[in-house]
Amino acid sequence: MTGAVRVLEHHLTVYRRTWKGSMFVSFASPILFLAAIGVGLGSLIARGPVHTVGGVSYLTFLAPGLLAATAMQTAFVETTYPVMAKIQWLRTYDGMLATPITVRAVLGGEIGWLVIRLATSAFAFFLVMLIFGTVHSALALLMIPVVVLNGLAFGAPIFAFTATQRKDKAFPTIGRFIITPMFLLGGVFFPIQQLPQVAQAIAWATPLAHSVVLSRSLAIGGMNPSAALDLAVLAAYATLGIVAVSITLPRRLVR
Amino acid sequence: MATPPTRTDALVHARGLTKRFDKLVAVDAIDFDVQRGEAFGFLGPNGAGKTSTMRMIGCVSSPSGGELRVLGLNPLTDGPRIRARLGVVPQADTLDMELRVDENLLTYARYFDIPRNVARARTEELLEFVQLKDRARDEVEPLSGGMKRRLTIARALVNEPGLLLLDEPTTGLDPQARHLVWDRLYRLKQQGVTIVLTTHYMDEAEQLCDRLVVMDKAKIVASGSPRSLIDQYSTREVLELRFPIDAAPALDGKLDGIAERVEVLPDRVLLYAHDGDAAATAVHQRGLRPESTLVRRSTLEDVFLRLTGRSLIE
Repeated sequence: MTGAVRVLEHHLTVYRRTWKGSMFVSFASPILFLAAIGVGLGSLIARGPVHTVGGVSYLTFLAPGLLAATAMQTAFVETTYPVMAKIQWLRTYDGMLATPITVRAVLGGEIGWLVIRLATSAFAFFLVMLIFGTVHSALALLMIPVVVLNGLAFGAPIFAFTATQRKDKAFPTIGRFIITPMFLLGGVFFPIQQLPQVAQAIAWATPLAHSVVLSRSLAIGGMNPSAALDLAVLAAYATLGIVAVSITLPRRLVR
Repeated sequence: MATPPTRTDALVHARGLTKRFDKLVAVDAIDFDVQRGEAFGFLGPNGAGKTSTMRMIGCVSSPSGGELRVLGLNPLTDGPRIRARLGVVPQADTLDMELRVDENLLTYARYFDIPRNVARARTEELLEFVQLKDRARDEVEPLSGGMKRRLTIARALVNEPGLLLLDEPTTGLDPQARHLVWDRLYRLKQQGVTIVLTTHYMDEAEQLCDRLVVMDKAKIVASGSPRSLIDQYSTREVLELRFPIDAAPALDGKLDGIAERVEVLPDRVLLYAHDGDAAATAVHQRGLRPESTLVRRSTLEDVFLRLTGRSLIE
């Protein structure tokens, strides 16, 4: 346990030098998205034939979905290039493993750090949502643990995959063929029911769609009969990912 | 008469130590003991199995066979406890490029659970020791290769280890930077730190090692002090001759009897003789006209050539 805390300390020492830029992005990105698409495009929708989406303004519909998608993207970014660098390019993990730090501690520290990053960026996003007036329920704070879990549901499996890679060429492919399509089609910008049947089935097999509907119901305050299923899917992806990375990372680092 | 060292005296004790990667045998059943306070070397070319051996001693790679004890403990079960008392300088620096020079030491100290105030004092001391004190607040990246190496050594000392493992400590450094590293390592030895190092530089082994083993193709082919290895496997002096490129075939048999042993290398001919000058005179008396002649003392390079038929650095 102390080992994992030490690995986490390393992250914090590095973050101390970069937190300003990182925090700026955590606030600026949701502000830009909510202003441009939520308010800008939303005002067009309000004037059109449907006026609202799912009974709420487009901005209110969009914000919780974007929050979930942001967690997905943060997890993707944190578990690809930086992990590759520590495994191979800078060999930071090798340096750690020459000390009493174990692979298990490295893994614990990394997952812990991912949770902190996800939680802080989600909290920043939540504050922006408050400012834009898209929070309509006290339960909305629960969105933060939900999207952290969503981040783990993506981050842990990607981490496991990264630990098997010798080169970084697969990362842009993951971005193009998994992350971006999910971002665009996973229920963030419009209800999944708009998609063709096949695409709907695919969307519901991914963690993002579940995290989006769950966050949306928490923000709006409506009942979500599928909440338990949504959570179970997220937890299943996260658990499988953590099991996978507990196998691939030691295999990579301890030869 | 001194009693032979028992198993518990040795800081590192290996018998039949083996490392396999799939079908490749990287380390093939080697035996050695490292005694407290000595500087012990693994000399051999790239791919001889030195780094694999070091990684097993450093408890970051588990043996595929044989027996290994480090600091009297079993690496398989006591890895973290052993590593807590080791200093490790890996072949490639693993410095943290995202942190400053002093932060590299402070952060590393935390991995050993060293309290922050102790870590701070030790960082200052160690940066002084490796002559990087005035770079303490600088970034790591612009440092020269020699400075980075010294920083890596300082980092390896942050837990005040009794056993320091160095994998090719000066490979890639210029002569001045190498001498500075050697000087610091020599001081550590004087302070009682046991040093285990790998090298493919014979001069490094001669400078630093009390005892060494010569490794080739995963096996130990000889062991002893640098002096005793030279005495055993080479002559006192070596006469090096260079001939015009196309003259080599014409030499056939003409050098017989001048030296104890003759090695014909692609670029020169080595004559192993007790008296190099006398051998040079004999060569000229036979009417041979080499482009250049050089008489030098035997080195570990000659030992290696004799044992394996190959040079250390190709």
